[in-house]
Amino acid sequence: MNLSHDFFAFAYLVASIMFIFGLKGLSHPKTALRGNRFSMLGMGFAIVVTFFHPNVSNYGIILAGLAAGAVIGVPLAMRIKMTAMPQLVAALHSFVGLAAVLVASGTYLMHVQDGHTNPVLLTELVVGSAIGAITFTGSLIAFGKLQAVLGSAPLIFRGQHALNAVLIGAIVVLSAIFAYDHSVTLFVAVTAISLLLGFLLVLPIGGSDMPVVVSMLNSYSGWAASATGFTLNNQLLIATGALVGSSGAILSYIMCKAMNRSLMNVILGGFGTTVEAAAADAAQKSCRSASTEDAAFMFENASSVIVVPGYGMAVAQAQHAVKELYEQLHSRGVEVKFAIHPVAGRMPGHMNVLLAESEIPYDSVLELEEINADFARADAVLVIGANDVVNPAARTNKSSPLYGMPILEAYKSKMVYVIKRSMNPGYSGVENDLFYLDNCSLIFGDAKKVCEGLVNCLKAN
Amino acid sequence: MSPTMTAIYVFTLACFVGYHVIWGVTPALHTPLMAVTNAISAILVIGAMLVAGSPQASQSVWIQVLGFFAVMLAAINIFGGFVVTNRILAMFKKK
Repeated sequence: MNLSHDFFAFAYLVASIMFIFGLKGLSHPKTALRGNRFSMLGMGFAIVVTFFHPNVSNYGIILAGLAAGAVIGVPLAMRIKMTAMPQLVAALHSFVGLAAVLVASGTYLMHVQDGHTNPVLLTELVVGSAIGAITFTGSLIAFGKLQAVLGSAPLIFRGQHALNAVLIGAIVVLSAIFAYDHSVTLFVAVTAISLLLGFLLVLPIGGSDMPVVVSMLNSYSGWAASATGFTLNNQLLIATGALVGSSGAILSYIMCKAMNRSLMNVILGGFGTTVEAAAADAAQKSCRSASTEDAAFMFENASSVIVVPGYGMAVAQAQHAVKELYEQLHSRGVEVKFAIHPVAGRMPGHMNVLLAESEIPYDSVLELEEINADFARADAVLVIGANDVVNPAARTNKSSPLYGMPILEAYKSKMVYVIKRSMNPGYSGVENDLFYLDNCSLIFGDAKKVCEGLVNCLKAN
Repeated sequence: MSPTMTAIYVFTLACFVGYHVIWGVTPALHTPLMAVTNAISAILVIGAMLVAGSPQASQSVWIQVLGFFAVMLAAINIFGGFVVTNRILAMFKKK
C-alpha cells in the first residue's frame, strides 16, 4: 500500500489528540479509566499505522520486539506491589531513556549508511542520545535508592558541582564539533559522558527528595521522546514528548513547593545530613507516651478523627490495618478523614494509591488545602509514619530548616497520637516540635502492629 | 517554513497544552499520571519501529540489534505502563 506522508501526519495527529484526552480524564477518578482507554487506543493506533509506513519493510524484528516487551511488561505490572510503585516508575523511566539512546544510535547509523547527514540532523541526534543517556543512568540510581540496593543517603564529594559543570561543557562542545564532523567516536563520547552525568546528577540527592527526582526523570523521559521526534521529524513524538515533559516538570514544581525548596536546592543535593545534631538535642526534652488502649478509647468517643499517613505506613505495609481501623470507627459513627501532604510517600500521589488499594473511599481522602482548616475542629488525630509534614516548627521556628514549608496542622487538634518506632527524627533530620506539645502522645511500635492493636481494642468493646 | 521550524512550533504549542491539561489533574491521581505518562512517553516505539523495520536494517546487523532492543524497551513501557495504570485506576473506581 502506498500511503502519502500526509496520511501518516494526520493519523499521528489523531493519536496525539487521544493522548491529550487520556490525560484530561485524570482530572477526576470517575473519568480516569475511560481516559486511560483513550491513551491505549492512541498508542495502538499509532503502532498499527506505522506498520504501513513506506520506510518500514521488515516486520519480523518489530513484532519480536513488541512481543518481548509484552512478555516482560505485563507480568511486571500485574505483580508489582503498590508500595513498590516508585521503583517501577523509575525502572520504566530508565527504559525510555535507553530506548531513546538506541533509536538515536540506530538513526545515526542509517543516515551514515545512506550518506545523508547534515549539521541540524546530527545535532538533533546527539542531543537526543544525550538526554536519553542522562535519563537512563539517572533513573537507574533513583531505582537503586528506592529499592534500597543503594543507600538512600546523599553521596557528596568535593568538587562535585564543578565536575558536573565540566561534563556539561564537554557535552556541548563535543556535540557542536560532531554536528560538522559526524564521527562515530564523538557520538559515542557524548553518549558516554551523558551516561556518567546521569549517575552524578542523582547520587547527591537524598532518599527524602525522591518524589522530586522521580518527577524530574519523568520529565526527562518526555524530553527524550521529543528530541527523538526532532531527529525523525515526527510530530507525534514531539507533541507527546512535550506533554510528558511538561507533566513531569509540573509535578517537580508541586513537590518542591510542598517542601518550600527551590528545584536548584534539590538538584544540588545534600539535604538530610544533619541527623546527629538533632538527635542530641532531643534527649533533653520530654514527651508523653500512650498505650493503644488509651488511644482506642479516645478515638471511639471522638466525633471526628483525622488520620495523617506517611511513608512509614507504606514501609510497615499498614494500609490494610488502617482500613480496618477506619471501618471500626466508621461503624461507630465516628467521622474519619485522611489528610495527605503532597510529599507524603516516595512519589506524588503515592499515599492516595495505597489508601485506594485498601478500599478506603477516595472522598474521605483529602489534600492539604482541603483539610487544613478541619484540624482545629477534630477531636483526635492519628499520625502514622509521617514526621516532617506535621512539624509545627515549619510555622513557628524561623531557624528550622523546615521553616516556611506548608504543613498539615495536626498540632491544632484537641489530641494528637503519633505512631513511631523510635525517637529518631524524620528524613530531614529535624527535631519534631509536635512530639513535645501537651496535646500530643506517642505510641511506640510498628505502624501495622499498633493499628491492629487499636482495631482489637475497638472490637473488644 | 522549514521542517525544523514546524517541529519547534508543534513542540512549543504542545508544551502549553501539556501545561494546562496537567494542572487539571487531581493530586490524588498523580501516581497514575506518572504511570500513564511513562506509558505514552514510550511513543518512542514509533522511532524504534522506523529503525528496526527500515530497509537499511536489512544491510546491517547493528541497526537490527539496536532496533530490536529499542522496540522491546519501549514495548515494556507501553504494556507495563498501561497495565499498571489500569490497575491503579480500578482501585479508585470501586466506591
